[in-house]
Amino acid sequence: MNLHEFQGKDILASYGVNVQKGIVATTADEAVEAAKKLNAETGTEWYVVKAQIHAGGRGKGGGVKLAKSLDEVRSISEEILGMMLVTPQTSKEGKKVHQVMIAEDVYYPGESETSEIYMSVLLNRETGRNMIMYSTEGGMDIETVAEETPDRIFTEEIDPKVGLQGFQARKIAFNLGLSGKAFKEMTKFVSSLYNAYEGIDASLFEINPVLKTSDDKILAVDAKVTLDDNGLFRHKDYAALRDKREEDPTDVEAGEAGLNFVNLDGNVGCMVNGAGLAMATMDIIKMAGGNPANFLDVGGTADAARVEKAFRIILRDDKVQAILVNIFGGIVRCDRVAQGIIDAYKNIEDINIPIIVRLQGTNAVEAKKMIDESGLKVHSAIALQEAADKVKELV
Amino acid sequence: MSVLVNKDSKVIVQGFTGSEGTFHAGQMIEAGTNVVGGVTPGKGGQQHLERPVFNTVSDAVKETGADVSIIFVPPAFAADAIMEAAEAGIKVIVTITEGIPVNDMVKVKEYLSDKDCVMVGPNCPGVMTPGGAKVGIMPAFIFNPGRIGIVSKSGTLTYEAVDQITKAGMGQSTAIGIGGDPIIGTSMKEAVEMLMNDPETDGIVMIGEIGGQMEANAARWIKENGTKPVVGFIAGETAPKGRTMGHAGAIVGGSEDTAQAKKAIMKECGINVVDSPAQIGETMAQLVGVKA
Repeated sequence: MNLHEFQGKDILASYGVNVQKGIVATTADEAVEAAKKLNAETGTEWYVVKAQIHAGGRGKGGGVKLAKSLDEVRSISEEILGMMLVTPQTSKEGKKVHQVMIAEDVYYPGESETSEIYMSVLLNRETGRNMIMYSTEGGMDIETVAEETPDRIFTEEIDPKVGLQGFQARKIAFNLGLSGKAFKEMTKFVSSLYNAYEGIDASLFEINPVLKTSDDKILAVDAKVTLDDNGLFRHKDYAALRDKREEDPTDVEAGEAGLNFVNLDGNVGCMVNGAGLAMATMDIIKMAGGNPANFLDVGGTADAARVEKAFRIILRDDKVQAILVNIFGGIVRCDRVAQGIIDAYKNIEDINIPIIVRLQGTNAVEAKKMIDESGLKVHSAIALQEAADKVKELV
Repeated sequence: MSVLVNKDSKVIVQGFTGSEGTFHAGQMIEAGTNVVGGVTPGKGGQQHLERPVFNTVSDAVKETGADVSIIFVPPAFAADAIMEAAEAGIKVIVTITEGIPVNDMVKVKEYLSDKDCVMVGPNCPGVMTPGGAKVGIMPAFIFNPGRIGIVSKSGTLTYEAVDQITKAGMGQSTAIGIGGDPIIGTSMKEAVEMLMNDPETDGIVMIGEIGGQMEANAARWIKENGTKPVVGFIAGETAPKGRTMGHAGAIVGGSEDTAQAKKAIMKECGINVVDSPAQIGETMAQLVGVKA
């Protein structure tokens, strides 16, 4: 589950991570109030208005702007709130901005130069351990840094037996070229950050940039926080932070019905049990000359209600010219699935595109017979190749 | 001989009296598995499915000599159950549970690193040696005792491969569902290695999917050490970048973990890569000289 910047920063701050302070607002009036409050708390006279959406590259799309007065806070907030923000990580249409964060200006001039650092915490799947990845090249796209100057990216792996150790935090601060007060602040920053990562069952932290201010403070200017969905049962309060407006509404609806659905662009819909077989079915559609319109895993219990819901969701997309149902009945009996398909088909009534049903496994022969004798415009198959050939015929 | 489990395996079920555990333990017994008992804390001393229930895994091991455990414990308690099995001396731990937090698995992996046991899963269909033991949730009737080993990240796609192998006139030595989570106990390379070293396996089917480096690692190992024909398939050629496809581990991050990249590496390493999952059975039949 992804969080907004302001939510992520609140959580990090609760673990003692130093963050750029800010207050979230949903209207221009609230934004001005937030700015006044921030001024009273921090003394900042310039403010950064930051669009809160689940996508990176917000600055490039005009979603992050500096306001040098309360009037500018108002005018910029009015401009950003409600806009469709297009960034390199959104679709062409962009994402609607529902809220902005009014943040303190932390790039003020002072005794030393400010510098931007990149830092993330994530799982190293190769070793099964968490690691901190960091670079002196902050504020940039880390993929570009990895390509052009890979020697400027460092990693530090954490031993799960003992957690992050002091020498590791020091190593990070040394590698980042810090000294004096900034060095000390960084070791504290790294330790708190890692504590937060373990404490909240995160699956990704990306802090880009971490800023060394002109007075040698270290703070998180941005925060991309992703929580491990499987760990949410331990953090009921964080589960409430989910912003469904940021997700594809069809995906959300499917999820609530127990379906794992991802909307795609093609012309052949599919309904499958199991994630691996679902991906393989999409590949088969492609090889047969079509393009998959979706990924859909109906899970272990493909009963009539779920099948009906799945059909309805797929049929909503008018690009879909055919649907391939591919169920390998192991524990699920194919005749039950067949009955579900027949019932769903009758309930929906106006299905006017061909449906290919491939049922294999327990009671597959009986299931095929049921489909063939149902009188519906449904093509049945047992072998996978047979189903692929039928898709080819129909597309 | 087969690998991991066979007719001599003494199997216990952790989460024995729950609905999942009860149903699948029944199916396992029906498939001829030697289920010697189960564990449900607080229900020790009872009988379930005509077998003894124990409070702890070590009690079960002491009383029954169990050496294999299958885990159906809910996600919040599954990490604990795995470590309990390892500590009690279980040699093969098969974790079916789906949805274990990643940070729990980080600890489990570390805990198991110096224990003398193999863990398969989590979030997997289990392990089956037809005619020997089914330690999992796969439909037993599609299997046929034989000499083809199967390794796969995905459940139903494993069944697909098993079924094709059977229908093409062959059978399976052992099928291993390794699971599709970011952290798993037995990697694809380790599973392939077991089957490569098994004198009763003549060919190996290796099924992967987008995400991670596991298939590439297995392929490189096969290039150096392979002695048997391998048929490979990678699901997710059409999956878009950056979207998770069902399994927590199935996400295309970089250029290295796409289906195309993995297939190219596998081909380079001498694996017979099929583009369509419908061709797994016939391709293997040709390689081992069986008429389909």
